[in-house]
Amino acid sequence: MSVFSIGMNVNADRIEQQNVVSVALNVNGEKMERQIEPRLLLSDFLRDDLGLTGTHVGCEHGVCGACTILVNGESVRSCLMLAVQADGCEIKTVESLSSKDGSLNTIQQAFANNHALQCGFCTPGFLMSIESYMKNNSKQPSDEEIKECISGNLCRCTGYSNIISAIKEAYSSKNSQ
Amino acid sequence: MKPPKFSYHRPGNYAEALDLLDQYGEDAKIMSGGQSLIPILNMRLSTPKHIIDLSRIDDLKGIRQEGNMIVIGGMTRHVEVENSDLIKKKCPLLFEAIRWVGHTQIRNRGTVGGSIAHADPSAELPCVLTALRGEIVIVSKEEEITVSPEEFFLSFLLTSLEPDQLIKEVRFPIIHESCGYAFEEVARRHGDFALVEAAAVIDVDETGRISEALIALGGANAVPFIPEEVERFLIGKKPDETILKEAAVMQLDDLDPEGDIHGSGEYRRHLSGILLEKALCRAADRAMEGVEI
Repeated sequence: MSVFSIGMNVNADRIEQQNVVSVALNVNGEKMERQIEPRLLLSDFLRDDLGLTGTHVGCEHGVCGACTILVNGESVRSCLMLAVQADGCEIKTVESLSSKDGSLNTIQQAFANNHALQCGFCTPGFLMSIESYMKNNSKQPSDEEIKECISGNLCRCTGYSNIISAIKEAYSSKNSQ
Repeated sequence: MKPPKFSYHRPGNYAEALDLLDQYGEDAKIMSGGQSLIPILNMRLSTPKHIIDLSRIDDLKGIRQEGNMIVIGGMTRHVEVENSDLIKKKCPLLFEAIRWVGHTQIRNRGTVGGSIAHADPSAELPCVLTALRGEIVIVSKEEEITVSPEEFFLSFLLTSLEPDQLIKEVRFPIIHESCGYAFEEVARRHGDFALVEAAAVIDVDETGRISEALIALGGANAVPFIPEEVERFLIGKKPDETILKEAAVMQLDDLDPEGDIHGSGEYRRHLSGILLEKALCRAADRAMEGVEI
């Protein structure tokens, strides 16, 4: 009981000291409204407030790309955006990629087939960058274009070549569908 | 890593933003795309009491032609510049340079006004704006003024922007269709900040001699640098390789690049000469296309 009441006090104190703002947004197809502190990063909002821990937080200053998500269909780094800035936006995270029954989408399946991940920490960011790229570019990209597409994401395991193979496969299987 | 506490303001129009700046001035920081400001807040290098987010002010967005200028609203995102046919046609130097700005994810959020106001010495937009002798239109509640890049960029991350002012638009002069242009850069990895970068525009007359030369170097000094002696030297010369090579290294002593883990000051100075030579050669080649001698 005592622990509970301390928790409540801390929370009340936080809200009293800090202006709280209201955000209404659509995350992975679900409309929601939340009260948040304006300084809350979008990455932390997704992970801590919504429990969408698929979005990974690596460097927290816009270098590693692990927290890449889609905002209104465009790839952005969620650690370089305040949650309040997403007010009125449509957000897609890595959780939106697979079907409800758990089956993988084309890019995810290509990653699995090509061993394009080892530890997997960077993978959600790669998947979202590629998701956005494939939506905007229907033509099979060159190696150079693929490298440009994933240049905003760091991977310390694979050496990238299997990721490049996965993207090529994702394009061929998409085009043969 | 979490930003410090601040009050958040999101003005819906221009007048409201200027009122807020007038009211909070010194204690406020403008948020445009946030791609430099949020890391600064995350690392608590700055702790503003008020954040004024300009992202919902439509008057500050857009690209248009006005006479011999391409006018870009301060809150126009890099991705819109990258996808603009008007920029591709009328401001090809900017079109070539914009792809060097960060990564897709950064260009989807980062803004033209934000990049100019942040004034990183190795950022691409300040270098291009300086080379083209562009203009920055600044507004406050009291007045609207137009300043040159030389007046605006004071030092490393420091500009003449006062606490109650914001960048309304940035104006890039349109170069003549016969001009050649080139932007050259070396970064450690694609999308990283440049070690050094060079922007050049060259025009030639009907005899194949250089009639105009506009140059800027970024990353080598605290603000973008115009090698004026090089520009003057080139006028009236035929742009052969020997001349351009000689021109490229003429003013290296005026550069004072700082060294860091990515490269020493000496290396950056050397690189400035190499990149300027490449930029001059490519710009001259483009200018010579269509000239019959």
